[in-house]
Amino acid sequence: MTTTTLSRTWKKPPFIKSAFLRWTLGLAVAIYLALAFGTMEVNWTRVAEGIPRGQRFLAGFFPPDFISRWPEILDGLNESIWMTITSTVVGIALSIPIGLGAAKNLAPKPVYLFCRGILAVSRSFQEVIIAIFMVKLFGFGPFAGFLTLSIATIGFYGKLLAEDIEDIDPNQAEAVRATGASWFQWLNFAIQPQVLPRMIGLGLYRLDINFRESAIVGIVGGGGIGATLNTAFDRYELDSAAAILLIIIGIVMVVEYSSGYVRRWMQ
Amino acid sequence: MAVVQKDDIKIWQRRERGKQFAIWAGYLTVTALFVYCFQLISEKTVWFFVLDAPRQAMDMASRMVPVKWSYMDVLWVAIWDTLNIATLGTVMAVILAIPTAYCAARNTTPSLYFVRPVALFIIVASRSINSLIWALILVAIVGPGVFAGVIAIGLRSIGFCAKLLYEAIEEIDENQVEAVTATGASNAQVTAYGIVPQVLPAFAGISVFRWDINIRESTVLGLVGAGGIGLQLNASITNLAWTQVSLILLVIIATVVVSEWVSAKIRHAII
Amino acid sequence: MLRIEQLVKQYRTGDRALKGIDLEVPDGQVMALIGPSGAGKSTLIRCVNRLVEPTSGRILLNDLDIRSLSQSKLRLVRRRMGMIFQEYALVERLTVMENVLSGRLGYVGFWRSYFRKFPQSDIDEAFRLLERVGLAEMCDKRADELSGGQRQRVGICRALIQNPELLLVDEPTASLDPKTSRQIMRLICELCQERKLSAIINIHDVLLAQMFAQRIVGLQLGEIVYDGSPNGLTPDVLTQIYGEEDWEATIENVEEEDLEDEALDGGPDREAEHKKTPELDRDRLSGLT
Repeated sequence: MTTTTLSRTWKKPPFIKSAFLRWTLGLAVAIYLALAFGTMEVNWTRVAEGIPRGQRFLAGFFPPDFISRWPEILDGLNESIWMTITSTVVGIALSIPIGLGAAKNLAPKPVYLFCRGILAVSRSFQEVIIAIFMVKLFGFGPFAGFLTLSIATIGFYGKLLAEDIEDIDPNQAEAVRATGASWFQWLNFAIQPQVLPRMIGLGLYRLDINFRESAIVGIVGGGGIGATLNTAFDRYELDSAAAILLIIIGIVMVVEYSSGYVRRWMQ
Repeated sequence: MAVVQKDDIKIWQRRERGKQFAIWAGYLTVTALFVYCFQLISEKTVWFFVLDAPRQAMDMASRMVPVKWSYMDVLWVAIWDTLNIATLGTVMAVILAIPTAYCAARNTTPSLYFVRPVALFIIVASRSINSLIWALILVAIVGPGVFAGVIAIGLRSIGFCAKLLYEAIEEIDENQVEAVTATGASNAQVTAYGIVPQVLPAFAGISVFRWDINIRESTVLGLVGAGGIGLQLNASITNLAWTQVSLILLVIIATVVVSEWVSAKIRHAII
Repeated sequence: MLRIEQLVKQYRTGDRALKGIDLEVPDGQVMALIGPSGAGKSTLIRCVNRLVEPTSGRILLNDLDIRSLSQSKLRLVRRRMGMIFQEYALVERLTVMENVLSGRLGYVGFWRSYFRKFPQSDIDEAFRLLERVGLAEMCDKRADELSGGQRQRVGICRALIQNPELLLVDEPTASLDPKTSRQIMRLICELCQERKLSAIINIHDVLLAQMFAQRIVGLQLGEIVYDGSPNGLTPDVLTQIYGEEDWEATIENVEEEDLEDEALDGGPDREAEHKKTPELDRDRLSGLT
């Protein structure tokens, strides 16, 4: 042991090795945040005014009123549930061929690009934007909501399915192909067993998401509990709105717990 | 074993009879439920409009071209606002999600019977109320604009980030925590040395993932007045300026695709 | 000196893991604790630094009753007991150096440790220990990049930098191959000798226990069934601890295998270790650096 080791200093090695990159990144983040906050015109007097208004608003929520609008709430809930179930079924059914087409290891290039394009477009638009157009084309009511959620489901489910298929173990697929299986047999014996368990779980998860989203397609006229909620806000019946929000939270909780339970039971 | 002995012949079936039956019953239930629900929906549908839809769609499409590129001058600001809503909202959510997740994780919560249920309720409430509804409420409180959008996105994202984060905290390797505890470290030190390094990658991944989702979400907040590109979309639709609408849709696709690519790159770099 | 009196641990499930243990470990003694899985070995050593809360009984470290301490006092006592773990239990995403320095957490304040500003004396000591176990060049590697044996060496450094009076060692070799196991055991025992540490080593490998420990305590179903020298481990005793089995082979082979092992890896590796051994003792470590 020499004396040099005694005075050796130690510093935590930095996360980004190059000092130049580190400082540029830091500076870039700082500049961005400054600009972002700078352009976010916050009208503080408006906010200050808004605070008592907000308090009144929140006070209006209490106590939640389940009773006076109960028939409407029940109607809206029913529509939401129908929309959720039908759109999940249709969306998943349609996303299977699209998902297969969007898997790089399965589909030829043109099909792949086409299917990926569909997925990218349907994923890019938030449900509300799709709903606006659906309502314009198909009229008000749950049918527009059903179509909206189906399209959103295709984007979500098809992409995850395609990614799952791309991640499968190629050895198993090769082994089945080596038996002389046809394309559909190969799909059934090599691909399906590998992706099915996760996809069932994701289907249940999507059911949960679709219910939550059904609460907002109504805001632009797509039917469901969202329409009821929107009406309640418009009429300033905040106690009814609070009741609806609580019901949504409750149902989401129930669906989440039960879908977790079903998922465990399936495996 | 799904093998049945029948007159010296072993018959192999994929599943046992009961299990197979249960699966068929499951299919039947789902189909019946679907048909029933669809019928209820169709009762509430004016089928005349639906049948008319293809013609309407063609009409709308024809009015959307040519895309009005000059409108881009207005849209740049809107894109900037949208990005800011998503980014600042995510930053806010992440900052608030850390303590929430810490209180919600079974192994770090200060109190299992009081603090944890409260934290879990915050998470569920934030997750089940869509950012558009948050925006609806916030526009009424703080007035229309980007600020309401940032807070709406932030409030919606707390639940998502906190849920994933607290699951990551619950999955950590307790041995490492135990080892740090055994050195005589204080609780804060055990957290900093035993827990934080283990969840840091998950945390970074979650934040970027949510940022990506938030870009998509923030495109619609303008519909209720909370700033961003949705404001222009709403205005263009009400004014029936379809050539502007098509440009906005293209811009949204481009933004979302780019942000998805960026987020995938960053997550890849972290792990 | 560590004294354990009538130690009982009953888990909430109702399992009585320890049924009144009396044990005394004098300073500088390396004691091996053997016994089948579920005998309560892990529980026993975790009771000593209260990672597991004992149900009743007394644990005295130099006449200080550990069970009566408040949380903050407990931390001060934990600093005096180094612990080495079965699966190394390094914080995998921290570097080797950070892992070693985490042994000093009980001595530095939170913010100092948070910004990794440890006193220079701690850093010097960390380098000295890492050099002693032959890992000084690895100090900025992340812990999950190391092999099992290297990780356990880092674990040893982390325990020793606490400057402990007592080492609690929980199955140090359970996840290592036979050769590395011996190297690690030898290292632990040498370090105990150098620093005049006492140690309780939990180990399920009877052979290793006999080779390295000065005293062996056999635990079965939460009770001590053997307490004596390694030579006293007769087949009868082993049967009493572990149950019926042919023990002759295990015992007889000890001497031969030991020799063989020395011949195999006793060469350069061991000499290098000897050369590196600095003339350190505990006084110098605690006071002068």
